[in-house]
Amino acid sequence: MGEKHGHIFVTGMGIISSLGTGVPEQLEKLRAGETGIGPIRNLETRLAGKLMAGEIPFTDKKLARLARVTDTKGISRGALLGIIAAREAMKDTNFNDPQIRTGIISGTTAEAMTNIERYLKDFLSNDSKNEYIESQDWGFSTEVIARELGIHGYMSTINTACSSAANAIMTGARMIKHGLLDRVLVGGTDALSKVMLNGFHALMIVDPESCKPFDRNRQGLNIGEGAAYLVIESERTARKDKILCELSGYGNSNEAYHLTALSPDGDGTAMAMNNALEESGLHPGEIDYINAHGTGSLNSDLSEALGLEKIFGKNAPLFSSTKPFTGHTLGSVGALEAVFSVLALQNNLVFPNLNFRQPMEEVSIQPYTGNTSGLTVNHVMSNSFGFGGNNTSLIFSKA
Amino acid sequence: MLFINGLAAISPQPTLNGDQFFREIKEYDTNMLQCIEPDYREFFHPNALRRASRVLKLGWSGAKICLDDAKIKIPDSICLGTGKGCFKSTETFLFSVNENKEEFVPPSPFIQSAHGSIAAQIAIQTGCQNYNMTYSHRAFSFESALLDAIMLLQERKYTNVLLGGVDEIQEIQFKTFERIGHYKKPGISNLQLLNDNSQGTIAGEGSTFFLLENSSGKNTYAGIKAVHTFSNPPDASSIKTEINNFLQREGLSAEDIDLVLLGLNGDVLFDHIYYDMMKTVFSENKQAFFKHLCGEYHTSSAFAIWLAAKMIRKQEIPETILLNDQPAGKLSNILIYNHYRNVNHSLLLIGSHK
Repeated sequence: MGEKHGHIFVTGMGIISSLGTGVPEQLEKLRAGETGIGPIRNLETRLAGKLMAGEIPFTDKKLARLARVTDTKGISRGALLGIIAAREAMKDTNFNDPQIRTGIISGTTAEAMTNIERYLKDFLSNDSKNEYIESQDWGFSTEVIARELGIHGYMSTINTACSSAANAIMTGARMIKHGLLDRVLVGGTDALSKVMLNGFHALMIVDPESCKPFDRNRQGLNIGEGAAYLVIESERTARKDKILCELSGYGNSNEAYHLTALSPDGDGTAMAMNNALEESGLHPGEIDYINAHGTGSLNSDLSEALGLEKIFGKNAPLFSSTKPFTGHTLGSVGALEAVFSVLALQNNLVFPNLNFRQPMEEVSIQPYTGNTSGLTVNHVMSNSFGFGGNNTSLIFSKA
Repeated sequence: MLFINGLAAISPQPTLNGDQFFREIKEYDTNMLQCIEPDYREFFHPNALRRASRVLKLGWSGAKICLDDAKIKIPDSICLGTGKGCFKSTETFLFSVNENKEEFVPPSPFIQSAHGSIAAQIAIQTGCQNYNMTYSHRAFSFESALLDAIMLLQERKYTNVLLGGVDEIQEIQFKTFERIGHYKKPGISNLQLLNDNSQGTIAGEGSTFFLLENSSGKNTYAGIKAVHTFSNPPDASSIKTEINNFLQREGLSAEDIDLVLLGLNGDVLFDHIYYDMMKTVFSENKQAFFKHLCGEYHTSSAFAIWLAAKMIRKQEIPETILLNDQPAGKLSNILIYNHYRNVNHSLLLIGSHK
């Protein structure tokens, strides 16, 4: 394999979430402190009315129009969301240069379930929904996105639950550093699913109201849906006028603690953050903002807050969770928050941690609620922690 | 080159019993080849054993046998490929959600439904807190994990990688894909797989693990030299170009390949691609196949690497896999060419470490 390649640049991004379609709509809502979480209207579930979610207010038909898909046969909601975000991310990308090896690495976790939960009865008893059978699969959405976008090179899909998209971004960066690819579309997609909603509900970690990350009285998370992709490129191929920022660090660790819970002492989350800092060569003091994982669940927020104190001490940089805006979009959430991290750099902004009232008893740090002006944001850390204790931290820096 | 310093395969063949499978191939007459499973009590505490789903049992016992073979207790990093992962637990949970009308649904199958839990289970059992990754992309799942392992060892951050490919047959998935012609009717002997002129293949499963390191040692089986994947080739000639370019990048040509191991699975819709390559690019090579042994599944190429590594160590080719009678020489380079429904194509080069 080729020699090590230095910097990794972000040269494009696209997103769809309950905040809106496209990057500008996200920024507008984030600035205004307006949430996308509300009652469930599209998904068929008996939990609608009981639970809220960050649902995108479009039917699949409407999404198919927005996605401008050539072939909707057997398609899934997650694939449609992915195409919309991917098209925006790659709108300025020149595909015609065969010298630029382009690939796609996507993270997803709920995607394979959306069609099976709708059509399983048909799959098992008649031929009416056969076109959807092959979408019961994690590689499906990635292959559809690649087809629609015209990406013919390397493709892969990561499923490490809620750190999937962050891991996809990290893997893409490493492939560029190893000289295996020049440019990668990285990110993830996940649609709202009855299985996921019921799963988290059964674990009793869904807040019936809006989630309150890092608050003493937090009761759990809100599920969301969405897709986001970044175009990351090598130094050699990134056009200077297209560079949005640099992906300067990444790190992964595994807690080896429990299949669903994070270790209560924060060691595992600290290890991922530390690995990312090491890769970037930055000191903890140089991080200006941390887009925290901050789901609003009791255990996970405590582990993260303790991890933050371990790495950054009692004077942690400004940190907040944007999940009260979008809900927890599971496999794609690391990509949504990567886009928010880039927006923070571009606009010298830190987003408020909505719904925070009372600090947690166990730690002395508290999230940013949005009262500071004249910030300078040069380096942003974004955390994503998944089931199985799979933790990943990314660092984005001004180029 | 990465060195395979430990390996294990739980498969539908007696692959846990040393080299027995070289002499004794298990014949099946179903369209579903299930693993010959070890006694899981050797691998789990009774409580954990009761809770663990079958794929978690397959995954951890495969990993443990591999680690024991390499005489390593805690791997330094873990890369896993699984196409269908823990989908069975998801389905169990979905049925329960529907049965209970979304009220008071027991969460246990949901806890085990995350794909990452196979690798997480290995991390928990061994106490490995380092890098842990799970790829799930059809027939690129294992290849992606292998590529990651190659990068990890080149980065020199970790001393070894535990690499695995794990998939189980899931009855519901099997039934739904049978509906659209992915599988043959039951009643065909796996040993006659290529003689049955029909659409579809036979399903399989397996848990295959490798302990990979940058240096060779006493227990080294073989080396993994390279992996390459490509998708949706427009025609046969572009496949030939991919194969030739792959070999060229490794400084080889087709004549340097001592054995070509092909992913033929008996499906008349797709096997012609292999036959085309056998008649052209590989016409002068000794040719073999492996899916009659393990069945078709997303991470079956892991089984092919296991087979290649065993053959290189033993310098012997089991009769049952041979497709032609080219004379056998020393087994130094084995090329594996696999494709899944002409969408996911992969090339894997396994070589002697000596």
